[in-house]
Amino acid sequence: MTGHPHDAARDPGFVKKYLWSTDHKTIGLQYMLTGMAMALIGAFAAYVFRMQAAFPGASVPLFGPVEAADYNYLVTMHGTIMIFWVAMPVLLGGFGNYLIPLMLGCDDMVFPRVNRLSYQIFFLSSVVLVASFFVPGGAFGGAWTAYPPLSANSAYSMTPFGSTLWLLAVALEFVAFLLGGINFITTTMNSRAPGMKMFDIPIIIWTIVIAAVLFMGSVGPLVAGAVMLLFDQVVGTGFYDPARGGDPVLWQHLFWFFGHPEVYVLLLPAMGIVAEVMVVFARKKLFAYRTIVYSAVATGIISFFVWAHHQFVAGIDPRMASLFSLTTLIISIPVAEMFFVYIATLYGGSIRFTTPMLWALGFVAEFLLGGVTGIFLGSAGSDIYFHDTYFVVAHFHYTFFPIAFMAAFAGITFWFPKMFGRMMNETWGKVHFWGTVIAFNICFIPLFITGTAGDHRRVFDYSMFAELATPEMQSLRILATRALLVTLAFQVVFVINFVYSLFRGTVAEANPWKANTLEWLAPSPPPHGNFAAMPVVYRGPYEYNVPSRALDYWPQYEPADATDPVAPGARLPLPQGA
Amino acid sequence: MTTTLAATRSVTGIPTGRLGVWWVLVSEIVIFGGLLGAYIMHRIGHPDWGDQAIHTNIWAGGFNTFVLLSSSLSAVLAHQAAERGDGKSAARLLLLTAAGGATFLVVKAFEWTAEITSGFTIGSNLFWSFYYTAAGLHALHVLAGMVILLFVAATAAKNLELHRVENIGIYWHFVDIVWIFLFPLLYIAK
Repeated sequence: MTGHPHDAARDPGFVKKYLWSTDHKTIGLQYMLTGMAMALIGAFAAYVFRMQAAFPGASVPLFGPVEAADYNYLVTMHGTIMIFWVAMPVLLGGFGNYLIPLMLGCDDMVFPRVNRLSYQIFFLSSVVLVASFFVPGGAFGGAWTAYPPLSANSAYSMTPFGSTLWLLAVALEFVAFLLGGINFITTTMNSRAPGMKMFDIPIIIWTIVIAAVLFMGSVGPLVAGAVMLLFDQVVGTGFYDPARGGDPVLWQHLFWFFGHPEVYVLLLPAMGIVAEVMVVFARKKLFAYRTIVYSAVATGIISFFVWAHHQFVAGIDPRMASLFSLTTLIISIPVAEMFFVYIATLYGGSIRFTTPMLWALGFVAEFLLGGVTGIFLGSAGSDIYFHDTYFVVAHFHYTFFPIAFMAAFAGITFWFPKMFGRMMNETWGKVHFWGTVIAFNICFIPLFITGTAGDHRRVFDYSMFAELATPEMQSLRILATRALLVTLAFQVVFVINFVYSLFRGTVAEANPWKANTLEWLAPSPPPHGNFAAMPVVYRGPYEYNVPSRALDYWPQYEPADATDPVAPGARLPLPQGA
Repeated sequence: MTTTLAATRSVTGIPTGRLGVWWVLVSEIVIFGGLLGAYIMHRIGHPDWGDQAIHTNIWAGGFNTFVLLSSSLSAVLAHQAAERGDGKSAARLLLLTAAGGATFLVVKAFEWTAEITSGFTIGSNLFWSFYYTAAGLHALHVLAGMVILLFVAATAAKNLELHRVENIGIYWHFVDIVWIFLFPLLYIAK
């Protein structure tokens, strides 16, 4: 093992370190913190339009009276930001960049400068998106799915600049994650520590890499579609204009061919985080490691064949609708398989209810509700009734809130000691967990009920619709809004805990959770180059409570020595010269 | 810029740079795949587009196909030279490849000028929208490839980073193959 080429002692200076860094950890944290900052904007948007839905016409504190155009752009930006600028950067950009080189036992990504470019393009895309709030006409208000003709023609959307900037921002964001994905995949394929075989890779790395492949395979048609939409907006083509031979449903196909795999692009890393957290705090070997890998691959493949279930009411061929109902119901099988395997991991374990573990368990419980309600929407017959109601809204928030927030909180609270060298406060962590989860449920369960009663989404003012403006419906909307306020208030607990722990938390040792994977060998926080001596891998990542051992964990990097008898499954290091 | 230890490892046995290029191509294939898939679906529904396609200049397109395919030959010869460790000839052959790309773009510029002055613009009809969008996206790739070719040629001339000669070659072949799809779909199909 040769010495590390980087000079760890040299201080590169502020600009070089934070704005021009090629270090995967800095880039990962940049992604994560940018995502968390964007989450504040997305949450503020939700606060304003929920206040309007509950108290129509009232002046919203910190915003003022909400006009119809405001409502439209707030709904659009909430969806756009939460998926593309929060879930993607936190789960893929943040955890992917931070964890892949550490957990694979190498010093950095294989293309560090491409990685830096990836974050810079992502940052630029965030700036473009935020700038679109301030252009004449305001930000794009045609919903985050940007269906033409609303998105293609500014006479309909009334946001001539906002819709083009939205498109530009989304396209830049895609480029950023394509560049990042190439790094994720290539690093995992080529740069694992000596001895780390394919099935010694931690599950979260598997799921992030599968997600990167899914993203890469599905986003291309939408990139082409975005170019066509851009030309419709600014050059005057008619790709999506039926009057000129175009087809608006083409956009829906291109959008959802990406949009549905995108759900799994985000779900899989979340499942990976949950697996890592659960296995450490159940102190038990991960049940059926290979089944999880195969299920994740199967989920990824099937996810390319379900997109038209978003278009059951768009006039697609009914024969196609039944086919896509079938594939949609089939995809629940591998996903359910993964959940059963997680539950089997818990069974007979020695469970510790730490904050990250609570988030991981909460993820399983809440996502289950999201998954089960998806069955109603995946079946064409019932979807025709539920389409575009608040039932859909509640359904996908029960999938995306666990993915983008609960799994992210599990990951942040779990790897915080590694990232910043200090522990987060457990008590306030639990307060944050219970407050958030209970309020979240009170927020969205009422929306299932209003949706089932026919409450249409994206309605600016229900007082215009007599059958929807009943006191019963309105009281449910008010309940949901109040619960949202409580959910948001509890995030203050997290922010304070996060900032306080950064500076005043108990100093963390290298391996505070007694976990097995390679990142816990590095100091907390890891220096540039990560490891003092590059690790060699001797076994799989989940050897907890091996009967022949006194300790209840057995790190991947620990050679089997004479004091601890070689357990079955241990193997000798491979003679590699890396 | 020092290279990372990560970049020196090769668990799969495929050099990291080449592996990266292949994944770039995967992402490119689906971009062109989506665009051409959309075009083909529309084309099937509009047999009347043949009346528009008849106005494309099949001779200019044919000549460009010949030029681009020939430039791939010089890219292969450059790779061969790089394998021999002959950076100077590799650089010369890469410049020849870039010259092929330049010829392609010049011919295209004349072709488009003639078409636009005859009234066939990107907005005149959906066929022409696809024509300019697909060929334009491809031309951008030719341009990007030429820029990278010049960079690689500059380092190869000093006998440095010779593995890059193969990597840019792989990309250049891809740009070629995309054109092999575009030419019949946009020019020949009537």
